[in-house]
Amino acid sequence: MSTFRSHVWSSVGKKMITGSTGLMLVGFVAVHLLGNLTLFIPDRGHAFNAYAYFLEHAVHGWLILAFEAGLLAVFGFHIVSAVTVAWTDKRKARPVGYALVRNAGGKSRKGLPSTSMIVTGLSLAVFVILHVKMFKFTDHPAVVHDGKEMKDLYAVVVAAFKQPLIAGAYVAVMGMLGFHLRHGFWSAFQSLGWNNDRAIVVLENLARVVAVLFAVGFLALPLYILFFVDPSVSGGHR
Amino acid sequence: MSEMTIHLKIWRQARGETKDSQKSQGRFVDYTVEKVLPEMSFLETLDLLNEKLTRQGQQPVEFDSDCREGICGTCGLVIKGTAHGPNPKTTTCEVRMRHFRDGETITVEPFRAGPFPILKDLVVDRTAFDRIQQQGGFVTANVGSAPDSNAVPIPKLDADKAMDAASCIGCGACVAACPNASASLFVGAKISQLSYLPQGGPERGRRALLMIGQMDREGFGDCSNHGECEAVCPKEISIENIARMRREFFKGALGGHDRKAATGD
Repeated sequence: MSTFRSHVWSSVGKKMITGSTGLMLVGFVAVHLLGNLTLFIPDRGHAFNAYAYFLEHAVHGWLILAFEAGLLAVFGFHIVSAVTVAWTDKRKARPVGYALVRNAGGKSRKGLPSTSMIVTGLSLAVFVILHVKMFKFTDHPAVVHDGKEMKDLYAVVVAAFKQPLIAGAYVAVMGMLGFHLRHGFWSAFQSLGWNNDRAIVVLENLARVVAVLFAVGFLALPLYILFFVDPSVSGGHR
Repeated sequence: MSEMTIHLKIWRQARGETKDSQKSQGRFVDYTVEKVLPEMSFLETLDLLNEKLTRQGQQPVEFDSDCREGICGTCGLVIKGTAHGPNPKTTTCEVRMRHFRDGETITVEPFRAGPFPILKDLVVDRTAFDRIQQQGGFVTANVGSAPDSNAVPIPKLDADKAMDAASCIGCGACVAACPNASASLFVGAKISQLSYLPQGGPERGRRALLMIGQMDREGFGDCSNHGECEAVCPKEISIENIARMRREFFKGALGGHDRKAATGD
């Protein structure tokens, strides 16, 4: 009756899965953001392409494979547990809804970020698929840096973000990421039980900082490329 | 005192309408109550309405109440979209008519959750809470003479935190207000309360596993940390008790010495 699996898939277990995988994804996104910063170096994508080359070839290409497999699993657990919490279980627990609902305010943390988690989360999931398709599973032109032939990912990125529609869509999605993190970041700690009345003040402020930092960090890039990068000197097909 | 006219939009539902199918057959019925005084309580306004309905030979609106001073946890309505009404730190019976405008229309609904089936009108069955408590919301002890006070030293902060959690009156407003209809604040308070005290120590693990197991079996939703429960709680129970409940569960699931007793394996 009371097995390990029933504990893991209990109401508390599901939240612990969502929270822990969420924090792992925050870690991944932080590294991704740091890597992206190389795009701001005005070297025609040299540093960015070299970074991508390093990722693809580290430990004979095993590193990236291991990370991709891990990420896929983390995304999977995060999505399945979160959708169960915020969609299926939620609907089962209140079959007849209220005619009128007002937020209580005061100490409540309920707001647009918390109530839209399922919307922002699923949007981000769709985005990740399109994003990977757009930049990973596409034909990359070749470029030679430091005598090594490597994929010119930089040219692909610049070509994409020079289209206002794509740059605009990225800005919108990164806004959603900010919303998701505004609730998700502190909520993860609460879900793992790492919270109390004093810590919550710090964690909520940290969530605000992380949300703004990540959203602005990511949406600055397409805007920077759209407005400030000259495509005629990008790429590097020299 | 100026008399007020209050329009009420009240959920009416006959007995047994939702016993089997979860689809509600209830409906809203509009009523107007005249000669309402600002110092009257909201429940007294319902009493006034019921006197009128009874005189007219109609079925009165059924609702729960007992102490009418905010300590028993029996009353509970969703008034104007908020459990226990628009003011914080109050139960339904403590809501006064001076908080409403003359001529205002007030929507009144029962606490809505699958595990709280509607018995009639605004009365819901909250025995799910009792069944959760019966799983472990107590300390198993041999009865005997009462121990001397302070025979067991308890740090002041722990005693305060235990008392804060123990102030839960089990009204169910946390469930009513939760967007997911989760009972985590109630169960968190009950588990935390005993976890702070040495007497609760020996049964910590099994208590958390059994009570949370029962909470899930009753069909309550999962907590998404909206914190709406803390805002409507008449006793201001903090959601830190939910975090603590999760720690207790984690330790219990990893298996303390008392896990065997809980699982029977």
